[in-house]
Amino acid sequence: MPMPVPTKASPLRSEQIILFRIGEQLFALSSSSVQEVRSADSLSGGAYEISAPGIDKVRLFVRRGPNTLFLVSGATHFGLSAPDGILAFVLRNTRTALLVDSIEKMTAMTRLQALPLSFCDDERQWYRGLTALDQTVVPVVRPEGFLSDDELMLLDAALPPPELSSEETEVEEDPDFDADLN
Amino acid sequence: MTVSTDLELKSFVLLRLGERRFAVAADGTAELVAPSRVFRFPHKTAKIEGVILRRGRIVPVCDIAEKLIGKYITSRRFYLIALRHYGLRTEWVALPVTGECELISAELTPASASDEPHVAGWLSHGGDVIEVLNLDALTPGPNEFFPHPAGSRATAHSSAAEARL
Repeated sequence: MPMPVPTKASPLRSEQIILFRIGEQLFALSSSSVQEVRSADSLSGGAYEISAPGIDKVRLFVRRGPNTLFLVSGATHFGLSAPDGILAFVLRNTRTALLVDSIEKMTAMTRLQALPLSFCDDERQWYRGLTALDQTVVPVVRPEGFLSDDELMLLDAALPPPELSSEETEVEEDPDFDADLN
Repeated sequence: MTVSTDLELKSFVLLRLGERRFAVAADGTAELVAPSRVFRFPHKTAKIEGVILRRGRIVPVCDIAEKLIGKYITSRRFYLIALRHYGLRTEWVALPVTGECELISAELTPASASDEPHVAGWLSHGGDVIEVLNLDALTPGPNEFFPHPAGSRATAHSSAAEARL
């Protein structure tokens, strides 16, 4: 009598993530939510200054066709004492270009634990949850969490007329940094 | 004639914070563990130091000493892992303590209206009157339960807020 075929355990689904640093702090972000990685210099070359009341984390914006992209200082957003980052993540389906210091590596996570309910302040908007990688706990950021609807409204109100801020002009880009991830 | 008094004894875990002892209901505690690495990341919730990894779970570390004894404890010997209720949900929280814990049986005297919200009651043990803690009032949490924002892949479950991707 033939032995029954052993059933294989279904493989864990995983999600590709980018581990990045702002100052010394490590964060994770789903790689599918990153549209481009640019050097901050190349992005801010075509950027204009903006000052919206109470939104210190955004000081520059760029126009891309009909869209406006706000450069968000990750350090200021998270309250970290670090200078503005040298890399910009253009986040898909948002109006955010996040300034970070460095990319640690790309990897995969198989488990995302919801942020414990003890955390009950702004961090619930900042993070999708936490993941454990190599015996380290890393917060997984929420791409939509960098600029709230209210903040976007204030930023839009602070924008100069389009004729005073033309579209982003291409500048010489550093090929090491400029990568379309998808 | 013999008059018998039925005492309702319950189990409690006594924990030490500095020179003082407090109690929590034993059925609301999970284990006592040695201090391990606290992982810190940016957040704005007061009284939360960070998180520890325990049995594959990520457990927030809540400082209760400042509220209970008026100062932050720097020398911690253990973490008491206890259950914290959020409506119908429960999650583990790690409470730093400065000494070993003790399991006792005692009669609970319910808290009175004049007691602080974090006092669930009182018990008498070894000549001391000891506060029984209501962790739900002592540790931070949302005032009311709220659903996770759309787009979040993680869903919290009772005592195991974990999502496989």
